[in-house]
Formats: sequence, structure tokens, C-alpha cells
Amino acid sequence: MSENIKFVQGNEACVEGALYAGLDFFAGYPITPSTEIAELLSARLPRKGGRFIQMEDEIASLCAIIGASLTGNKVMTATSGPGFSLMQEALGYAVMAEIPCVIVNVQRGGPSTGIPTHGSQGDVNQARWGTHGDHAIIAMTASNHQDVFSVTVEAFNLAETYRTPVILLFDEVVGHMRERLVIPEPGDIPLVDRLRTSVKGGVDYHPYLPREDGRLPMSDFGGVHRYNVTGLVHDMWGFPSAEPQVAHDLMRHLVDKLENRVNLIARYKEYYLEDAEHLLISYGSAARSARHVVDNRRMRGERLGLLELQTLWPFPADMIREKCRGAKSVIVVELNMGQLLQSVKLAVEQPENVFLANRIDGVFITPQDILKILRLIRGKGV
Amino acid sequence: MWCPGCGHGTVLNGLLQAVEKLGLSKNEIVMVSGIGCSARITGYVDFHTLHTIHGRALAFATGVKMSRPELNLIVPMGDGDALAIGGNHFIHAARRNIDITAIVMNNRIYGMTGGQFSPLSGPGIMATTAPFSNIDNDFDIVKLSRAAGATFVARTTTYHIKQMADILRQAILHEGFSVVEILTQCPTYFGRKNKAGDAPEMVNWFKDNTTPIGSKAKKENPALMERGIFVQEEKAEYCDEYDKIVNRAMKGS
Repeated sequence: MSENIKFVQGNEACVEGALYAGLDFFAGYPITPSTEIAELLSARLPRKGGRFIQMEDEIASLCAIIGASLTGNKVMTATSGPGFSLMQEALGYAVMAEIPCVIVNVQRGGPSTGIPTHGSQGDVNQARWGTHGDHAIIAMTASNHQDVFSVTVEAFNLAETYRTPVILLFDEVVGHMRERLVIPEPGDIPLVDRLRTSVKGGVDYHPYLPREDGRLPMSDFGGVHRYNVTGLVHDMWGFPSAEPQVAHDLMRHLVDKLENRVNLIARYKEYYLEDAEHLLISYGSAARSARHVVDNRRMRGERLGLLELQTLWPFPADMIREKCRGAKSVIVVELNMGQLLQSVKLAVEQPENVFLANRIDGVFITPQDILKILRLIRGKGV
Repeated sequence: MWCPGCGHGTVLNGLLQAVEKLGLSKNEIVMVSGIGCSARITGYVDFHTLHTIHGRALAFATGVKMSRPELNLIVPMGDGDALAIGGNHFIHAARRNIDITAIVMNNRIYGMTGGQFSPLSGPGIMATTAPFSNIDNDFDIVKLSRAAGATFVARTTTYHIKQMADILRQAILHEGFSVVEILTQCPTYFGRKNKAGDAPEMVNWFKDNTTPIGSKAKKENPALMERGIFVQEEKAEYCDEYDKIVNRAMKGS
């Protein structure tokens, strides 16, 4: 048991989670503050017979893992803001062609080169809408290393279940901080492998015909079924089509397969929500300070609660509306100018009671920063 | 999909002849393409086909090849696809010497978008984005590929169909990064804009303006373009080298 306890950076916890989930193939390009993920995997992957390749840029990195996923591998890439921007076109391709893959974005200050060595949560909406066109996406995050590990495993499970890219939105603070990590025994966390078709060779296989549950059994490239994969609107054989009905059905399928399963996909943690008057909503590293505030004020008898989101997209609006019902105020704690705040306001019954506690200067948000907002809301001044 | 007189169908013909001659199983071939007229070639073949995004076909192919090195990777690209937006992936795939067959279907124009100049058009060419004639210099694919590290480099044309099939066969057999430039006619845009005539005239131009490598004709007329195999050398292949890394790492752990 003792060898399963490590003292690691968050980036290493992500690596451990990916390997636990069965990662076979990683392609990446160095960028602060995610580089440790590539460095560690360049050593760890070949030891288990997996493959690591350093590509010429982030665009190529995402393209390469999509190619490797098609041959039947569990795949991942890791980057930060500028690299994530470069990946957006290929991300849309993975959505359209329904290729399971995991994309880690260890967020840093932006826009542009921003503050590479400081934390931020500025890519929340880019994860949602960065690629062009209507689509659904899964994005997840975590505030501590144990959760980084388990959320990473979950990201692979969801990618393989729904044939979709899954974005892990970690940040510099969690990525570089060192903390205890207990690596579960094999089998402790269930792993999901993609559905593979049972259609025999020589029989007509429809790679893009969804089952009733929205899932599509795959056939590995190099196997007995030869089919076409394209970013164009395509029919059930994977061939391009401009038929209005085909386009409509494909768009509905791509969105519905995730948006109709928000509650299944949503992961969150709650602290003292049952009687909370003031409810904090936070995620990622910012949730650490929010948690501190809540724990601390509860000891003084103040009715504060925390809803820590681990799934940001698809946005669990119904759950949030439910949890926020009855709260005097809702404070969204995040390291940006209110990116998730907007979605929370749209979700709740009383958007006028939703406030923002944030920092955008590269400095990590403190419990005092959050308390200041709470004092203002309560009319006590700063 | 392709216009009447387009040379891309001839390239497809040569490629299929090469594959047939090699006796490869269709299950062993993955064809990856990007975006453009050339890229639609994947829709006409019964291989594993991956029609991707503009310029990135070689990056996708690298992931397929690295994860399943026993598969044969064929990547047909247009001149803009391969060397404008895809130029970086092109030189890096060549540098790695990864076992992929890259085919540049060079018609010196962007056809799909209606006739804009490409990095292979060259000065003096007329295009919808060069209405006063093009001032951009063009790449020499042979020189570029050789300098970037490709270990098989060849050029042929849609007039020389037998040579094309033979070169493609050798390129697929070659263990390493292979580049085959095929001059192919676009009568619809390049031909019309540049008064190059119809498809037969354009194909005849390839006959009259190219010559085998090192021929007497080339010495007499240096303006002729050489065709044939320029580079064919043995060098460590990327996936083989990575297999050695895996072996070393697995022993060490």
C-alpha cells in the first residue's frame, strides 16, 4: 500500500490518472505550465509499450492523437492557452468525426502569451465554444491532486463512452503545486473501453449509425472494416453528404448525445449545502480558497456552503438551479472575469442574487478576497 | 467530384496500378488526405480512409503510423495543402523519416476555392489573387524534400502514367519518408487563367517541358524540368527507432 502513496505535482497526478485509465499514445508540444505531463509520459509510456511523440506544434499534436485513436488506442495531449487556441480546428474535427481523445489544458494567464507561469481559469468559455460551429463538448476540472487523478480517469471513460473529445481544464496552481496522491489499486476505479462493432468482416458496417442509446460501435483502422472518416457532414457510412435530413440528424446526434445526458456526465462535490444561506460555486484551484472560507465560517456558525463543480460542460444547469434555490446569495468564485458566472445566472431563478468573487492579476484568490465580497453582499462594507 | 480534364483522376489511376502491382491487402492501407480537390481522392478508394482538415494530413498520418507501424500510409495532398498551410508538417515528417508516402498533386493553383495562386505557382502566373501576375517565388519540392530529410524523392507527371505507377510503387515500398511530386493539370482554373489550353494541351506541355534526370536534353536545354527518382537512400526509420526505445525502456523498468 505504501508504494501507492506519492507526493507529486498536479501535472504528475494527471499523468498517473491517464496511465491508470489505460493511456497508450501521447503527442504533445512543450508549453508552460503543462510541460511536465509530456516529460513524464516520454519516460512512462514506452515502459508499458505505449508511444510518445513530440510533434512540431500543438495543431499536429491533436491531429496525431486523433490518428492514433482511430487505430484503437486511448490517447491524450496536453497544452496551455496558446496551444489550446491552436488546437481548436482539430478539436472540432474530433467532435464531428466522433474520435475519443483527451485534451489537457493547464490554464495560464491570457490572452496571448499572458502570464505563462501564473494561474488562471480564463479558458472556460474557449473550451465550450473555441471551435467553430454548433457542438457539444465535455470539459472537467479538479481542485486537488486526488481529484485530478480521478477526473482524468473519468475523462478517458467519458471520451470512450461517448466517442468525443474531453477537455481537462486544470490550471497552473493545481498543475505545479505538490500534494499527496494515493494511487488506487487496479480495478478500484472502473475503466471503460470503447464499444467495438460485432459486425463481421464482409458484412455492411455502418460506422456512423448511432444505436438507440446514442453510442456508435467502432472498428479500428487496420481492421476488417474499411470506412471513411471525414470532417464533412457525413452519412452512416462516413461519406460526405449535403442532404438536409442527413445534416440535421447528424447535428442533433452530436449535440444530443451529450446534452441529453448532462446529469449522467455531471460530477460535483457539495459542502454544507443543505441549509446554506450563502452559497459559493467554484471549481479548480479557486475552489480551494472557497472551501477554506466555508469550513472556517461554519465553525463560527455562519451558514455558508460550497458547490464545487468538476464537470463544467455540458453545464449542469438543472442541478445548479436546484441547489441554489433558497440561497440568499450565490457567489461564483473563479480566476477570470466571470466566465462561468454567466452560465450560473442563466441557470438560477434569481440571477440578481448571483455575484462574482474573482482575481485576474495572476495572483491566486485568497479566502480574504472572497470574504470581502461576502461582506459587501451582506451590506457590511469592505 | 473532379472537373472534366482534371489530372487528379490520372494520379488515382497510377496509384491504384501501383497498389495492385504490390499486391497489398486493402486492409493494410490507410489513406489520409487534407482539404482541397486532391483531398477528395479518399472518397474514391476502398482503403481505410481519413479525410481530415486543411494542411494537417501528415500529422494525422503520423499518429496512425506511430500507433500501427505495420500499416501502409499513403498521403495525397495538393500543392497548397502540402506546402502552404501544411508546409511545417511536411518538413517535419521528412525530418523524422517516418515511413509515409506523401504525394504532392501539383497543379500550381488552388482549385477548390476557384483559382488562387499557391506556393508552387511561381512568378508570372495569373491567378484570381494575382490579377497583375504573381510575384511569389515557388518552392522546388525536390530540393525542399531532400533538404528536409526525405529519403525518397521523385517527380513525374500525368503524361508519364507508366513512370508514375512505377515511381509510386517504389515510393510505397521504400522504408522511410517518400515524396512523389506529380505535375497534374487544372484546365478549369490554371489553364484558363494562364491561357495554357485545354487538358490535352496541358498534358502535352508536361511531355514537352520535362525530361528524365541527367538526360542529354537537359544539358542542351536547362529550362526543362527533370523527372524520375532524385533521392533513394537507406536511413533509420522513425517507428523502427521508437521500437528500440520501447525495448530499452521495457527492459529498464
